[in-house]
Amino acid sequence: MSGPVAPVLSVEDLTVSIGEHDILRGVGIDLRPGRVHGLAGESGSGKTMTGLATLGLLPHGARTTGRVLLDGRDLLDLSQRDLNKVRGREISMVFQDPATSLHPMLSIGRQLTEHMRHHLRIGKAESRARAIELLGQVRIPGPAAAFERYPHQFSGGMRQRIAIAIALACGPKVLIADEPTTALDVTVQAGVLRLIRGLCDDLGLAVLLVTHDLGVMSAVADEVSVMKDGLVVETGPRSHVLREPDHPYTRALLDALPRQGPAARPGEILDPPPAAGVDTLPREGS
Amino acid sequence: MVRILSRLPEAWRQPLAIVGGVVAVAWLVVAVAAPLLAPHDPLAQDLPRLASPGPGHWFGTDQLGRDILSRVMYGARVSIPLTLLLVALSLLIGGVLGACAGYFGKWVGEGIMRLADLVFAFPTVILAMVVAAALGASLTNAVLAVLVVAWPSYARVTRGLVLGMREREFVLSGRLLGFSAWRSLRVDVLPNVTGPVLVLATLDIGTALLLLSGLSFLGLGAKPPSPEWGAMVAAGVDVFDSWWVATFPGLAILTVVLAFNFLGDTLRDALDPRTARAIKERAL
Repeated sequence: MSGPVAPVLSVEDLTVSIGEHDILRGVGIDLRPGRVHGLAGESGSGKTMTGLATLGLLPHGARTTGRVLLDGRDLLDLSQRDLNKVRGREISMVFQDPATSLHPMLSIGRQLTEHMRHHLRIGKAESRARAIELLGQVRIPGPAAAFERYPHQFSGGMRQRIAIAIALACGPKVLIADEPTTALDVTVQAGVLRLIRGLCDDLGLAVLLVTHDLGVMSAVADEVSVMKDGLVVETGPRSHVLREPDHPYTRALLDALPRQGPAARPGEILDPPPAAGVDTLPREGS
Repeated sequence: MVRILSRLPEAWRQPLAIVGGVVAVAWLVVAVAAPLLAPHDPLAQDLPRLASPGPGHWFGTDQLGRDILSRVMYGARVSIPLTLLLVALSLLIGGVLGACAGYFGKWVGEGIMRLADLVFAFPTVILAMVVAAALGASLTNAVLAVLVVAWPSYARVTRGLVLGMREREFVLSGRLLGFSAWRSLRVDVLPNVTGPVLVLATLDIGTALLLLSGLSFLGLGAKPPSPEWGAMVAAGVDVFDSWWVATFPGLAILTVVLAFNFLGDTLRDALDPRTARAIKERAL
């Protein structure tokens, strides 16, 4: 592995509280170009909130402190107007359930081109051409025809690919993928994960992969952070965190994974790995 | 005719839907074509006074010798457009305020909803009477009075729907693509809440017509000699023995209110997938 690349997005000591309740208690994460950073933890540990807080989208009455640095700018200091310029343009997000994350009444084409025209100030024809190219890039069959269709006319896996295409339309530097495969079945999951990994490698995208699934994590993440009760309890390279965890909570998470045989030991799920690399993932539709 | 009917969705093929549709369309035709259809001038006082219904004047004449059929027909030109305008304005005002209250929340939402609660706290008819009386008796003021009492129900329903829709992932997703809150409200939220609000509006047409006619009945709306149905019913009360004077305008109100209520029910059934499915299964 070469020396560490400078992070494109740094979350430093991020705290979010609503009323008396602390949701995040000093989260710190660095995202680097071309690297997938996995964020693991149980439900309610603050994984999704970290993603939303990074983009400044929080519930009413939430208070935030800390810093979210994107190319030296602190996103928490930006006005709503400036933040809108960053959202979708420099940082994008993909949600868990593709059935609900696409607008049911707008065509795929409109959903793909509207923010492109808004952010990139390009014309209709140009945005359409780029959208069709993107649909091809995320391997939607018949991209030109798909451009005219509506979300309900696609399968779950294809919808998630379309959601990824929408997120990538303006060429962001950072992609936050919030449980992007949880709502999909296993073979489709593999395809979506392979796509995210491929885009990360090809486009030099910095990806924050939020997931509670350590199998998914072991398949695609380069670095892994483990969250508990709004705190990052452990962070480091995948091989280290998932094979030789330092924190007892990480060990407990790994122990909670189902065993393949009676002789399996904690951490053995990775060796032999169910998905030690993307290449070992089954192909979608197979 | 049968072929056209068979192409309609199941909910629109129910007897009540067909009756509602036919009656409503018939009244709209009467309203548009009243000058062509009416046998007499609605204001001319040249017929025998209080003549009972007969071949020369089917609905009889009133105490000033005016043809009631012609007045009922011309009355449709007054009551129906005003009622539709009234409901459209209530929908617009209540819808926009409710949407802002639901989407932006905080003090904007609280302020709007407390104002709506204030209106809800008064009995509708009494409040409308107070507003109409304060503004002075005229049809325009009666419309304004009904508007004052009608918008809060739209605000409340729209706010509830927007509150639910605001947290949906595709709405969040739109915000995270960099669109403004207004654009999100306009493009992502509102188109997805219009169905139920439109049902409410259709059901409200009957209520609004009743309230508007009621104000005219009480002398707070249309002024004589305007052929307004509520005012005509009020005129009939003075000559109770001549039953036709009040009955025919009353029947006009009844049929329009029923027709729009049937249409509202049908629209609700058609838009609610569960009832639409139940109707379909029953039909099979």
